[in-house]
Amino acid sequence: MIFGVSIYEILTVSTIIFFIGIYGFVTRKNLIAMLMSVELILNAGALNFVVINKYLFPDALGGVIFSLFIIAVAAAETALALAIIINLYRLIMSLKTDDLETMKF
Amino acid sequence: MNLNNMLLMRHELILTTVILILIIADIFTADKNKKSVNYIALGLFALHTVIGFIPLKTGTLFGGMFVTDPMVYGFKNILNTGVLLIILLAISWVNKKGLQNNKVGEFYILMFSSLLGMFFLISSRNFLMLYLSLELSTLPVTALAAYDIFNRKSSEAGIKLILSAAFSSGIFLFGISLLYAAGGSLYFSELEGHIGHSYLSIAGLIMFFAGLAFKISLVPFHFWTADVYEGAPTPVSNYLSVISKAAAVFILMISLFVTLKELKDIWIPVLYGISVLTMFTGNLFALRQKNLKRFLAFSSVAQAGFIMMGMLSADHLAASSVLYFISIYIFSNIGAFGVVQLVALAAGGKENIDDYNGLYRTNPMLSLVLMISLFSLAGIPPIAGFFGKFFLYTSAASKGFYVLVFIAVVNVTISLYYYLLVVRAAFLRKSENPIPYFKSDIFARIGLIIVVIALFLLGLYSPFYDYIDSVTKILNI
Repeated sequence: MIFGVSIYEILTVSTIIFFIGIYGFVTRKNLIAMLMSVELILNAGALNFVVINKYLFPDALGGVIFSLFIIAVAAAETALALAIIINLYRLIMSLKTDDLETMKF
Repeated sequence: MNLNNMLLMRHELILTTVILILIIADIFTADKNKKSVNYIALGLFALHTVIGFIPLKTGTLFGGMFVTDPMVYGFKNILNTGVLLIILLAISWVNKKGLQNNKVGEFYILMFSSLLGMFFLISSRNFLMLYLSLELSTLPVTALAAYDIFNRKSSEAGIKLILSAAFSSGIFLFGISLLYAAGGSLYFSELEGHIGHSYLSIAGLIMFFAGLAFKISLVPFHFWTADVYEGAPTPVSNYLSVISKAAAVFILMISLFVTLKELKDIWIPVLYGISVLTMFTGNLFALRQKNLKRFLAFSSVAQAGFIMMGMLSADHLAASSVLYFISIYIFSNIGAFGVVQLVALAAGGKENIDDYNGLYRTNPMLSLVLMISLFSLAGIPPIAGFFGKFFLYTSAASKGFYVLVFIAVVNVTISLYYYLLVVRAAFLRKSENPIPYFKSDIFARIGLIIVVIALFLLGLYSPFYDYIDSVTKILNI
């Protein structure tokens, strides 16, 4: 608990981060930037878990532990995505989504 | 927790052992003998599949996070059989693509790891477990989609899959956090009946549903499907289209029917709309495809719409008809993808529908298998797919969704048209240079024979449906 800060303020921040992530994922044209947006979304989720646990259900630790797992899984996801991006960069020498697109409707 | 309790997760323990043995075997096999890793993987997995059929006790582990009951392990056995068939069909492909750059063992290790994730996914009764197992089942598949590292399309499929999977799991997480706020727990059993009916829980439900809908490729979330299926290696597309979809449908069904049943009046209209949209979009896009893998991708999107239609009635009949349909769908789709893969392997990457002109004259058996699988997907009577669809209609009609059943019948008619286009190309069209005759290896032939036998038996052999109907009684709906 932070003195003087209610749950509404923190949840507002996490929701804003979440939607910044979604906006970034949809509008960015660079693969790394898209990956960063996904990280924002995951971190908004992690923040939510910690806050909800601390303010609403302080007698159990489910949410806090969940957030630790989110951080670990996000790292694994990023590592795999970066590996694929590096391989793709070797093949097409670009990170732009426009150059990437060969398969379309 | 003692050994007796641990045996409840026998499927997972044996599969983990198989993965470890494979890693060691892959290290200690000399480079010129790498082919034998295939046979080790196949033998161990076949053993695992057979052991899986021994019945297990019912019980929970880890304080209720993990559950085993006849429905769960019966479904695990269905998934095992599907993966075994995929491996049988994939061996010749893995030898061709993986042997020269020493990546044979990798294919099996990644596929089994993903299957391990699926096992935990369908056993999980806790949102933390659900999230972790969802990631465990997705991440190895993305690595597999980019398996063919010198192929640009394969890498493209990999990056599309990982980005959309990460995006969807982010939305999924946010939804879970809202459900956690509404219910105060992460356990399904404690959430049941405590979620309430507020804007908070509805927002949580929608985001949770969106995350899983990405995996099942329901319509507003299906954009990755066609690209990934086309770009990824065919055995991987096969795996994605059946096993991964089936496990996600199973856990979606459990969580909607049991945990979130308070919000029934919200998710039933949502499922209704999504089912109609999914059927129409999948079918209409499938009409204009030239590439057979893209075509099968859109057909699998349309099939997901039919599955959602069966889930609408939210009772035992819905659960058993969905599980029955999925187990038949696994066999039909594996058959269709298997033929595409064998032809592409033998004829140097020919995947377009026009390339199949005159296939019956050169490869009669293969085109018969293709025909039976496609007829099963379309739902033509003597073959199992018809019975699967029939039960889905029964389930939807039992709660009075007659309009939806009518829409579904219209969609079956559309789908019959495009499935028949492929059959016409193979059987009636003539071609100047058809795909020449080729002989597949013994494993692929065994796999296709099992598929064909299953497609004829599963529909007509009624104890199979009775079995599924009896195990779904466990669901506390």
